[in-house]
Amino acid sequence: MHGWFPEDISTYGPDIDRVFSLIYYIVGFWFVLTQVAIIAFLVRYRRRAHVPARPVRGERWRELAWILVPAAIVLVLDLGIDAAGARVWDAVKKDLPPGDVHLAITAKQFEWLVTYPGPDGKLGTADDFTVNSQLHVPQGKNVRVTLRSQDVVHSFFLPNVRLKQDAVPGRSIDLWFNATKAGSYELACAELCGFGHYTMRGVFVVESPEAYAAWVAQHAASGGGA
Amino acid sequence: MSEPAGFWRRYVFSTDHKVIGRQYLFLGLAMALLGAASAYIIRWQLAWPESQIPLTRWIPEPAMYDGHLDPSFYNQLVTMHGTIMIFFVAMPILLGALGNFLIPLMIGADDMALPRLNMLSFWTIFTAAVVLLASFFVHGGPAASGWTAYPPLSDDPSYTGVDWGQNLWLLAVALEFASFLMGGINFLTTVVNMRAPGLGFFRLPLMVWMQLTAAVLFMLSVGPLIAGAVMLLLDRTIGTTFFLPQRGGDPLLWQHLFWFFGHPEVYVVLLPGVGAVLEILPVFTRKPIFGYRTIVYSTIVAGLLSFIVWAHHMFVAGIDPRLATPFSITTILISVPFAVIVFAMIASLWGGSITFPTPMLFALGFLVTFLVGGVTGIFNGSAAVDIFIHGTYFVVAHFHYTLFPTVFFGGFAGLYYWYPKIFGRMLNEALGKLHFWLTFLGFNATFLPMFLLGMGGHMRRIYNPLQYDFLKPLAPVNQFATIAMIVLLLGQIPFVLNFFGSLRYGAKAADNPWGANTLEWQTSSPPPHGNFPTPPTVHRGPYDFSLPGAPADFVPQHRPAAAGGRAA
Amino acid sequence: MTTAAVAAGERIPSGKLAVWWFLASEIMTFGGLLAAFVLCRFAGGGWEDQAAHVNAWIAAVNTLILLTSSLSMVEAHRAVEDGSRGRAATFLLITVLLGLTFLGVKGFEYSRELAHGFTPSTAPFWSFYYGLTGLHALHVLAGVVANAALWIAALRGRGWAQVAPRVEYAGLYWHFVDVVWIFLFPLVYLS
Repeated sequence: MHGWFPEDISTYGPDIDRVFSLIYYIVGFWFVLTQVAIIAFLVRYRRRAHVPARPVRGERWRELAWILVPAAIVLVLDLGIDAAGARVWDAVKKDLPPGDVHLAITAKQFEWLVTYPGPDGKLGTADDFTVNSQLHVPQGKNVRVTLRSQDVVHSFFLPNVRLKQDAVPGRSIDLWFNATKAGSYELACAELCGFGHYTMRGVFVVESPEAYAAWVAQHAASGGGA
Repeated sequence: MSEPAGFWRRYVFSTDHKVIGRQYLFLGLAMALLGAASAYIIRWQLAWPESQIPLTRWIPEPAMYDGHLDPSFYNQLVTMHGTIMIFFVAMPILLGALGNFLIPLMIGADDMALPRLNMLSFWTIFTAAVVLLASFFVHGGPAASGWTAYPPLSDDPSYTGVDWGQNLWLLAVALEFASFLMGGINFLTTVVNMRAPGLGFFRLPLMVWMQLTAAVLFMLSVGPLIAGAVMLLLDRTIGTTFFLPQRGGDPLLWQHLFWFFGHPEVYVVLLPGVGAVLEILPVFTRKPIFGYRTIVYSTIVAGLLSFIVWAHHMFVAGIDPRLATPFSITTILISVPFAVIVFAMIASLWGGSITFPTPMLFALGFLVTFLVGGVTGIFNGSAAVDIFIHGTYFVVAHFHYTLFPTVFFGGFAGLYYWYPKIFGRMLNEALGKLHFWLTFLGFNATFLPMFLLGMGGHMRRIYNPLQYDFLKPLAPVNQFATIAMIVLLLGQIPFVLNFFGSLRYGAKAADNPWGANTLEWQTSSPPPHGNFPTPPTVHRGPYDFSLPGAPADFVPQHRPAAAGGRAA
Repeated sequence: MTTAAVAAGERIPSGKLAVWWFLASEIMTFGGLLAAFVLCRFAGGGWEDQAAHVNAWIAAVNTLILLTSSLSMVEAHRAVEDGSRGRAATFLLITVLLGLTFLGVKGFEYSRELAHGFTPSTAPFWSFYYGLTGLHALHVLAGVVANAALWIAALRGRGWAQVAPRVEYAGLYWHFVDVVWIFLFPLVYLS
């Protein structure tokens, strides 16, 4: 089943996948139980000559217990799922750790403008440069992104990081991730944003901190651009 | 009451709820053709992007270029598919047709409380449908921002190239809302005021409870979206800035207004389908429905909860992260009353004497498939998991596994079950069973793989997935789903043949071909104008089946208690 | 309708239920708009300067006009209950005229504001101002039309017995329109 997920390369990706698995096993159990019960009843209680139906109305508590007790168990399991999920949500979306690298990404029809802080490491200074739809990050470091949009609502989606955040014009939204495996992956837009929505793809490169620094230095020197 | 005379008063501008119900049915079925056609083009494009789509050469530029789909038109089809299916297929068939036709009959009334308003409600939605279809022919084409119409994409024509198309969309949806508000008035006043003597609320058939709850949910939830639609229309016409951030507006305001309605709306669509299944199960198990009162209370609880879950559509939209956990909790709580209802349906099978004519097959099909929709809701309701699966095909699969069961399995179950009553003829069983199996297999084969697509990260509303390396391995899944969908579409042919053929050649239907208890079966098929030659009096609940000591295995609601068996 | 009602419980006239249903949905609509206004107002800044440009005195006059019209509507209903068609006609006419006055004052207010350059596009406050008061004004207009139709029916006399109960329903609607203004006035003009 896990083979269907994109490769997991972030620190919190496995946590999200674990909540998915937890839900999968819990609901899977109930799903199988209920479907088996349905089929069993359909077979067992097919109409047979001279065997009348039993007019059980489910108005007495000992009859209702058959559906209320399972429902109560479902409730308890649901709350457990929420508890597990809340921890992971908070770690990803609410309690942002300090970043080793800060980037600013502005979404627009139909590209991602990624602004890097340049060799001085600070955004908003003269050595910043902007690259079109290419996201480079150092491996194993906390990356903080300030996400904006120039026009409509887009959605910043890194499947391998398990991260998604809508880019809303008029807002600056902070997010973070830490990519653990070097390689070349993809960035996608996950919110309908116009006729070019399907072209809003970015290259997402995770490289060693040295290679990242070299790439940054090279781009800062040449003044930015794609 | 005098009989209406000419053709126009009897068949077109009729105030008879049975005629109006049929009109809603034909409107819904006709619009379903368009909804299906748009799905066909969308799915073909997803399976074989940028190929020539068969049977579409007649669609002119700039929508299609000799059978090649334009990306804008793709977005427009996606928009129209959702809009048509929810507002012009699901609601007309489940509420407009089944609700209008059945409510007066099931409560022993001769018509709705306000028949002229009822007629107006149909012609309002008819106008709405015309307005929506007109949007295909204006410059810039129809709306292209999804059925959810998020601004700023939907707010400023320069973002999509769509101008009057979006305005007409807003107008059509507003008219549709007005139509169902008018219809809802009738549902409520008729049930409150016109029940037959002896028909207390807890003797009402569950279908009536479901229709009533759906109508109330709709009425209470639609207001904020009407406000939002007015605001969006004003943004687009007189230059207000409600949703445009460049001038101080907030796109998220629309999302809150939309989903405050949007979530209760899905239960508005779900409940009548559930109602049809709850009417059918007792008849073909020959035993009472299990847990009548529990089902009623669960439905009301679910209805109330539906107003406090809406932001689960907005977990990654930019809301304050602290809101996510509360909404996750309310969302997961709403699964409990629905679990109760599903368990009650399963318990209704236990100890029965079960037969499997077509209505029962579709009712069981609902139960089996809705379970998938229900459990996959848990994934979406968990904010942490939703970070990954939001905006992917996992969501698409989930909502098709809830909407399709209610509209097609529940709705068709209802159509097969009540067709004899509505049209006075029996449908062909063999064609019905063929229709069921092709639909059941086709539906599952189309949508079950979409969960896998979603797990793979496949985004929604994507004209060409092959642009992405990580989606290329999923191409065979898209192709499989498309082929399955074609089977599903072709599987509807037996139904079309059966529906129209039986109108003419079907066996004449008796009053009560299924041996059921509710009042609509205690008059002729179809009922005469005025429904009941003598107004009935009710002495028992709707599900007195297999009562010990009774002369038959069913006791209709109007039989006095002395006729045998314990009255409910 | 020839079907008898259920023996137990009071029967509520269908027309009245219908009006209450309609009003409930309208409460949700105006409620949505007002809630959005309140939230936006207290989320962002800068609205105070824009809001200072509306004229609370003109709006106060309009409030008085609307409240008086609700009074005349109550009198019209009382006249119907007393069986006095003539009095009902008179008070319906007064309500209509007061409603038209309200609209006239509103129109005058709009023209002043537009002349000063405050259009719907000027700022979010103005979007809500024109949106809220405009939607409300449309509802006032609808009420004026309904009341005018009733006034004409009262004058004519023919078929009055059928139509007379609708004065109560129109009254419910008119009071609702008044109540919306009671909420709108302090939120838009006084805060």
